[in-house]
Amino acid sequence: MKLTPFIVGALTIALASSASAETLTIATVNNGDMVRMQALSPAFTKATGIDLNWVVLEENTLRQNVTTDIATNGGQYDVMTIGTYEAPIWAKQDWLVPLDGLSADAAYDVNDILPAIRGGLSVDGKLYAAPFYGESSMVMYRKDLMEKAGLTMPDAPTWEFIGKAARAMTDRANDINGICLRGKAGWGENMAFLTAMSNSFGARWFDESWKPQFDQPEWKATLDTYLGLMTDAGPAGASSNGFNENLTLFQQGKCGMWIDATVAASFVIGKDSTVADKVGFALAPDNGLGKRGNWLWAWSLAIPKSSQHAEAAEKFINWATNKDYLATVASSEGWANVPPGTRTSLYANADYQAAAPFAKMTLDSINAADPTHPTVKPVPYVGVQFVAIPEFAGIATNVGQLFSAALAGQMSADDALKQAQDSTTRDMTRAGYIK
Amino acid sequence: MARNVSTQAKVGFTIGAWVIALLLFSPILWTILTAFKTEGEAIANPPTFLPQHFTLENFGAVQDRSDYIKHVTNSILVSVGSTLLGLIIGIPAAWSMAFAPTKRTKDILMWMLSTKMMPAVGVLIPIYLIFRDLRLLDTVHGLTIIMTLINLPIIIWMLYTYFKEIPVDILEAARMDGAELWNEIVHVLVPMAVPGIASTLLLNVILAWNESFWTITLTSGRAGTLTAFISSFSSPQGLFLAKLSAASLLAIAPILLLGWFSQKQLVRGLTFGAVK
Repeated sequence: MKLTPFIVGALTIALASSASAETLTIATVNNGDMVRMQALSPAFTKATGIDLNWVVLEENTLRQNVTTDIATNGGQYDVMTIGTYEAPIWAKQDWLVPLDGLSADAAYDVNDILPAIRGGLSVDGKLYAAPFYGESSMVMYRKDLMEKAGLTMPDAPTWEFIGKAARAMTDRANDINGICLRGKAGWGENMAFLTAMSNSFGARWFDESWKPQFDQPEWKATLDTYLGLMTDAGPAGASSNGFNENLTLFQQGKCGMWIDATVAASFVIGKDSTVADKVGFALAPDNGLGKRGNWLWAWSLAIPKSSQHAEAAEKFINWATNKDYLATVASSEGWANVPPGTRTSLYANADYQAAAPFAKMTLDSINAADPTHPTVKPVPYVGVQFVAIPEFAGIATNVGQLFSAALAGQMSADDALKQAQDSTTRDMTRAGYIK
Repeated sequence: MARNVSTQAKVGFTIGAWVIALLLFSPILWTILTAFKTEGEAIANPPTFLPQHFTLENFGAVQDRSDYIKHVTNSILVSVGSTLLGLIIGIPAAWSMAFAPTKRTKDILMWMLSTKMMPAVGVLIPIYLIFRDLRLLDTVHGLTIIMTLINLPIIIWMLYTYFKEIPVDILEAARMDGAELWNEIVHVLVPMAVPGIASTLLLNVILAWNESFWTITLTSGRAGTLTAFISSFSSPQGLFLAKLSAASLLAIAPILLLGWFSQKQLVRGLTFGAVK
């Protein structure tokens, strides 16, 4: 039997099918909400015929990969998961496709996106990335330990109260630390927390002429308060603690309070937590200056200019970030597992409010953050726990290492601030911000 | 003459060797044990040594989210392909440097080695642009080429060292008998250097298998190897330690088995010529 006609036929069919099927390559981070999106995505393929090729990476690796690809116009990805730090910088570089289709789609209802989040992802009024989930930071605390200490946590505490409560809740003999905070060096680690905290003390990274401000009393007050708290009431080895380490400590009942991302709320009351029924929530602390120490972040989906499938990519982003997606997750995983912090309508939903006791606090925290006026004094930049300039990641990682060293007792607060001021001044001068 | 070693010394050395071996193996052992724990138990403090609630669900979850077979296949193709390609280039190069050296041979060898001292990220952008323009991004053959280039200095250096141990007289005798260059290399040199070539091959398969910087940077799903597979289960925000361990165990299992079964060959090759 001659096989040639069959082989030619099979090849023709294979080529035809490969030509007709469009495939999107999506780069995303490995966290619970994204994993869920990946698991639900066959429904999108079934509805549209568009195949999806998932690239799931650890956050820092993802950032390195997508930045390399977009900066070189590589075209490896059609949809990229980026944060509120990258979105405005990349949009200004003209690296992203504006999501005009979503903005014009009445069913998508772009006005339903929380204003603080939408503002952080827009440039000149144009939306460049659609938020998949948004987060702020807040206080998670042990109600039982607070009661034992004879204190009551207000909904909107001050740093003074947090300090008093942390010291009162600390019980070294029983391995209970009054407070757990990030200490691991990195612009997205300890500097996310400390920058947000510094806003509530009236500190700022730069003045209006981009001069670093670490030599000002507000930064000294911030760092002294942080180091004092962690020395008196923090866990041992805190300079290597990030989100996961503190989550583990809190889940195992070793923290009286933890100030971190709102997305942690579902973990501390989840099945792996030994203190799930004893957790209360409060807004991030303030210092009576009108600004709270909470941040604002949104993992968002964007289309690089190098994508050959921009239209299909926008269809996918529409599917993953519209109201129907939230309902789909709710029907299969329950309302508590819906990606939070993106849409006003979610917080008006009675089912969500009932399933997520942290819903109101999350919304209030997000609304309390203002990326365009992050601190008390005027600033030349946008961003609450970061400064949206390309140089920030490198500069803040340097400063984070100094502050982490101060926490580890390797240098004094004054030395850390002086070195931070010197290195940041040098880097900003080299980058041309300081003439 | 064999040295007399007392029983006490033998026992001491044996215990010492076992302690060192167990210390070196302990991170892998911990990964293996964690892979069979629940996520809650994986982060428990104080930690449990053996899984209290033995589970295979992490392996199921890993396979559900990622295509293990595809990543293994890519890893095998890239590591074996790049090593074979490296040997095809490396054997003649090492022959030339060992048996027909010029006054520049030492400099060339040092220059090749110096390329290994440069951090990979230093050439990331040029390599990325070349790959983009040659349409090699996210392709197995692209990865095979870069892995060959990365490991070629090591291949040539190892082979050069082994070839130098082979008496040049034997090759000259072959030439006297009328052997041409090709026959001299294939039928005389290679059979004598089999242990060295085998250990070079094994070591480079392991190096290519474990390489993560380029395999993660230059791929986006289709050509991803097992290092990209592991990376997809790591997260700074969320606890996936047990799943990460399961993914790591799946990733290292093939190379662990290869190393186990070929350890005799590896040791023989690495100590080749040491007793001369």
